[in-house]
Amino acid sequence: MDDIVTEDLSKSYPSGWPGRPPFVALDGLSLTVRRGEIFGFLGPNGAGKTTTLKILLGLVRATSGRALLLGQPAGDVATRRRIGFLPESPYFYDYLTAEEFLGFYGQLAGLSRAVTTERANNLIQLVGLGEARTRQLRKFSKGMLQRIGLAQALIHDPELVILDEPMTGLDPVGRKQVRDLILSLRDQGKTVFFSTHILHDVEMICDRIGIVMKGRLVANGRIDELVRQNHIRSVEIVCQHVKTEGNALIHSLATRVLQQGQQCLIVLPSPDAVDALVAEIRRQGGRLLSVTPHKASLEDLFFHEAAQAVSHVSAHMTGGRAS
Amino acid sequence: MGAIGVIAVNAFRESLRDKILYNLVLFAGLLIGLSVLLADLSITEHHKVIADMGLAAINLIGVIIAMFVGISLVNKEIERRTIYTIMARPISRSFFIMGKYFGLALTLLVNMSVMLAVFLLTLWLYHIPIEQSLFQAVQLMFVEILVVTAIALFFSTFTSSTLSAIFTLGLYVIGHLTADLRAMVANSEGMIGKVVVDLLYYLCPNLEMLNIKGQAAVGVAAAPEYMLLASLYGLLYAGVLLTGACLVFQRRDF
Ligand SMILES: Nc1ncnc2c1ncn2[C@@H]1O[C@H](COP(=O)(O)OP(=O)(O)O)[C@@H](O)[C@H]1O
Ligand SMILES: [Mg+2]
Repeated sequence: MDDIVTEDLSKSYPSGWPGRPPFVALDGLSLTVRRGEIFGFLGPNGAGKTTTLKILLGLVRATSGRALLLGQPAGDVATRRRIGFLPESPYFYDYLTAEEFLGFYGQLAGLSRAVTTERANNLIQLVGLGEARTRQLRKFSKGMLQRIGLAQALIHDPELVILDEPMTGLDPVGRKQVRDLILSLRDQGKTVFFSTHILHDVEMICDRIGIVMKGRLVANGRIDELVRQNHIRSVEIVCQHVKTEGNALIHSLATRVLQQGQQCLIVLPSPDAVDALVAEIRRQGGRLLSVTPHKASLEDLFFHEAAQAVSHVSAHMTGGRAS
Repeated sequence: MGAIGVIAVNAFRESLRDKILYNLVLFAGLLIGLSVLLADLSITEHHKVIADMGLAAINLIGVIIAMFVGISLVNKEIERRTIYTIMARPISRSFFIMGKYFGLALTLLVNMSVMLAVFLLTLWLYHIPIEQSLFQAVQLMFVEILVVTAIALFFSTFTSSTLSAIFTLGLYVIGHLTADLRAMVANSEGMIGKVVVDLLYYLCPNLEMLNIKGQAAVGVAAAPEYMLLASLYGLLYAGVLLTGACLVFQRRDF
């Protein structure tokens, strides 16, 4: 069962100037989020993450393509009862107190007053705002707004939780709390779909991720699989009493050579070259101190995809100009 | 309570916590007080000056609130992005618009009632007889204010706050002039002028129909049929605009 399915989703925003072509924010994005998983939607600023989330919630209409949430078309009013949403750097009615605020959203979701009060109390404790429950939101710090926003997204006990950059603007402690909260949601069997531009956030908690660049989904799947498929590991070798200067063989094998006194650090682009380098160290009578394979990281993949997206777009543009 | 009610009650709560509205109502009280001073200066029509100025003050402040709060009602939600979490809830966009509208209508009802109470108190203090016509005038004023709110809301669903203000003010002024204009060109020869004025007359709200302040101040009551007809006309006009606002709002991206 898939909780979110998008097929070939595209969105163009009008440029606002007659004659100038519309801006393509999303370009044929297809992805699925499975029931009960934490899906990280990763991409740099301006990649189209917020646009995608807005389409899913019916705040923005897709130019073409289709999106289904919990089996219903995006924007279906009744289905929203089962969805929780936290927008990017949220703005709320600042004249309400934390309690009134959650009460309002509970009532909007159709909860009874009693249930709303009980859930609001629990959530206020959960997000650590017990002290501020009767304070107006205008007196909240950014981090506190993010927390009350999370509580708002969960007040009606939704099956599917959609969060736009939930950790942005929080301090390290706050980020960890949000990560723990997301993990506990999954433990309760909920599906979490969240966007972020921070690699670390998805690496820590996501079951699967999608990487979006310039409106296109450039990779999606389990992190370990993505990293394994896409990257050759580099290897770092540390040795002693080896003369590297002017050594053509070493320089042809290595991507980097760093001599520090007697010690030398040599970085090889792949494990294939290790044997040849070790043989050369032996030949010189040097000592091998360590061989450290470097796990390709999500970061490598991210930058690899970013570079490709840029070259793709520039190729596209020059192609367009030529024709 | 349905979703419309939840939105309306919250919009009302918002206005209760907005100091500007208190200040405006206070200002209306000052204007009514000023009318007493001015009445003392005029020797002849003591009563009429107080009644005239009192009604005008209530009308002015009511229209100002309707116009400016009406414009910001939805615009502010979009500009401040508070609308995202609301529209992500199981509530249709039309219900949201209607909830906001009814919330403001409730606010205006309370404001108008307070101003009316201050006005009546002033009359009573000066031993001026309180005629039924005064209530009639305020009733139609309230209908006018519901129309103005709907106009402001309608424009604000598709244009900026500034343009909405200009359009709403324009329509308000024209709405008070069309009946006179029509009477003026009725005897003229020019066909085009007549057609244009007729078009304006039927398209724009005939707000002069809802203005009986002049006769009310001198204690002349309107016929019940007139009251009913004028009220129905205003409510129908507001209803059409509100429907338009909902339709436009359905298609918007946020
Ligand atoms: N309402 C809009 N009108 C025009 N362009 C927009 C609008 N909203 C977003 N964009 C553009 O679409 C692109 C994607 O934006 P967004 O989805 O907010 O990115 P992200 O959330 O990944 O940072 C950006 O280049 C942004 O400038
Ligand atoms: Mg964003």
